[in-house]
Amino acid sequence: MINAALFIPCYVDQFYPHVGLATLELLERYGVRVEYPQAQTCCGQPVFNSGSFDVAKPIADKFLEVFSSYQYIVCPSGSCTSMVRNHYAELVPDRIAELRSKTFELCEFLHDVLGVKPEGRFPHRVGLHASCHGLRELRLGSGSERRVQPFDKVRSLLSGLEGIQFADLSRKDECCGFGGTFAVGEEAVSVAMGNGRIADHERGGAEIITGGDMSCLMHLDGLLRRQKKPIRVMHVAEILAEATANE
Amino acid sequence: MNEGTTEHPENAAAFVANDARLKWHDQSLWFVREKRDRASSVIPEWESLRALGADIKAHTLSRLADYLEEFEKKATALGAHVHFARDAEEHNRIVHGLLRERNVTRVVKSKSMLTEQCGLNHHLEAHGIEVIDTDLGERIVQLRHEPPSHIVMPAIHLKKEEIGDLFHDTMGSASGISDPKVLTEVARGQLRGNLLAAQAGITGVNFAIAETGGFVVCTNEGNADLGTAIPPLHIASMGIEKVIPRAKDLGVFLRLLARSATGQPVTAYSSHFHGPRPGGELHIVIVDHGRSEILGREHYRRTLQCIRCGACMNTCPVYRRSGGHSYGVTVPGPLGAVLAPHIDPKKHRSLPFASTLCGSCSDVCPVQIDLHQQLLLWRGDLGRAELIPLRKRAASQLAGWVLARTWAYEFLGRIARWILPKLPKALLRANDWGRQRELPPAPKESFREMYRRRRGQ
Ligand code: SF4
Repeated sequence: MINAALFIPCYVDQFYPHVGLATLELLERYGVRVEYPQAQTCCGQPVFNSGSFDVAKPIADKFLEVFSSYQYIVCPSGSCTSMVRNHYAELVPDRIAELRSKTFELCEFLHDVLGVKPEGRFPHRVGLHASCHGLRELRLGSGSERRVQPFDKVRSLLSGLEGIQFADLSRKDECCGFGGTFAVGEEAVSVAMGNGRIADHERGGAEIITGGDMSCLMHLDGLLRRQKKPIRVMHVAEILAEATANE
Repeated sequence: MNEGTTEHPENAAAFVANDARLKWHDQSLWFVREKRDRASSVIPEWESLRALGADIKAHTLSRLADYLEEFEKKATALGAHVHFARDAEEHNRIVHGLLRERNVTRVVKSKSMLTEQCGLNHHLEAHGIEVIDTDLGERIVQLRHEPPSHIVMPAIHLKKEEIGDLFHDTMGSASGISDPKVLTEVARGQLRGNLLAAQAGITGVNFAIAETGGFVVCTNEGNADLGTAIPPLHIASMGIEKVIPRAKDLGVFLRLLARSATGQPVTAYSSHFHGPRPGGELHIVIVDHGRSEILGREHYRRTLQCIRCGACMNTCPVYRRSGGHSYGVTVPGPLGAVLAPHIDPKKHRSLPFASTLCGSCSDVCPVQIDLHQQLLLWRGDLGRAELIPLRKRAASQLAGWVLARTWAYEFLGRIARWILPKLPKALLRANDWGRQRELPPAPKESFREMYRRRRGQ
């Protein structure tokens, strides 16, 4: 049996607990023994990306203390996963090999480690938001800049669902403009980028915007709700958990 | 605005405020990005070509002094004069000296970002020498007394109507012209006179070949040829990183450059210069201006691999929506944001933060520079140098203290979720998140509380 520690990013823990729950249920449904180590807080990305590497260091130490005894660490966020897997090299260089081999983003874990093909029904038109860190730092998809054989792990997990349709996007993997503290530090550009993404999803006829990073979705949702637009956001874990619940 | 610092957020906000220009600027550059995608997709080995380009450059940088010496030797043997300049001032002094000795008062220049960076035009004009930029885009911004807003398309921020007005004012063309063809003709007519009257031509250098001592200048308007064909004196300015080892390496870079820059299969003119033309004089000024310092900084060395294609700007969602001038430096975009702090970290401290770290620049770069990683490293270096605004540093300290302690994190999380729904709307809308976006919901239970309940703990 596979053992996995659930790493739930701080803002998901506090503001989107149902995304954590969907992740937990989904993993359990596929036979993973999941544990949520309760001493965890955050990967330190917000302070790290703000330039305070020294402040992020104790947070990385804490992360290791909490998680290092587990076989796998699974996280429903591409950005936080990448922080641990790639950027901890700046903070805890001697432990980075270990972290790289066992830390996974949720979709990547389902796709690569468990090799599951989710079945179920989700009769909606969804717009897939490829979050940047998942795409370009974890390589969950091929990315429009690179000339490689196209692939998309998130989409391939979702595409097995009956009735699901995907919105056609004219810029399929452009950044939504969240960018952590960028969203407040560069409010004007951030909002312009978010609105650009939303317009693209609207043109594609999306009912729901989904993706593997709740942070991007939080930014888009904040704009959608303020502008009273009918599109909803759902984390990909929620869609998969909901669709596979009755199978 | 702080004294002496570039405030990218403020400059960007001013750009964003004009919604029509914002959309059009974003679209124009995205169009070029898509052209680049198509042009690169017809080369099956594109990714290995990028790797090869990166490897050649990395190798060259590892023995830069040797290759520069070889280039100098070979170029001299071909009859060129090679000068080395430590910085912008020395570069300008050398160029001015050459012109003064020959009583030159009229110079034509074909696009060179290096001379732009050195402020050569101002320097020469201050000494009574007239400089005419021959590249159309460059000429347009020159006539507007503006710096370029892009390294390949210097006037990409301007609409054709604005250019029509400019030409009407400065060249006396009919008013209300906005047809690019007609405008180009107007500029060309003017330029012809300038070219004929020029006593010296200045060009940049795209690639200098150590093996042969020759160099190549890539232009789409043929102005490197035109500007150097008539006047007896040709001065070529290049950064120390422009050298490549062998003539056969050139093909790798020419294939990468044109496709990455404009999506063309090849630049319209790749002009090769091997020594002075008969009866003429050729001077090559090789400029350091901070580059060897970057070479000495291990993490940042790779930025010297850059071939100045501009692809990272075209793809950058922040550049597209804030315009080149918002960066306040000659080279804008992700590349500029990692280069500028080497010159003056305090002044340019906002630039490494003018990015979402989306990573598109790193993946688009034809020589595989890890631009977004460099932006991140700069943030760390600025932090260590205490060049991040105090308020931001204090917020990080506080957040860090909390996040390193589970109890503090849980406690504050609970308070935040409790208090947020009770706060007056006006307050929630008075900050940089809430002005245009709703806050996330504030659920009663956090995930960990739910988890505990479910596990009966
Ligand atoms: S950093 Fe790369 S993409 Fe940007 S201008 Fe240089 S070569 Fe082109």
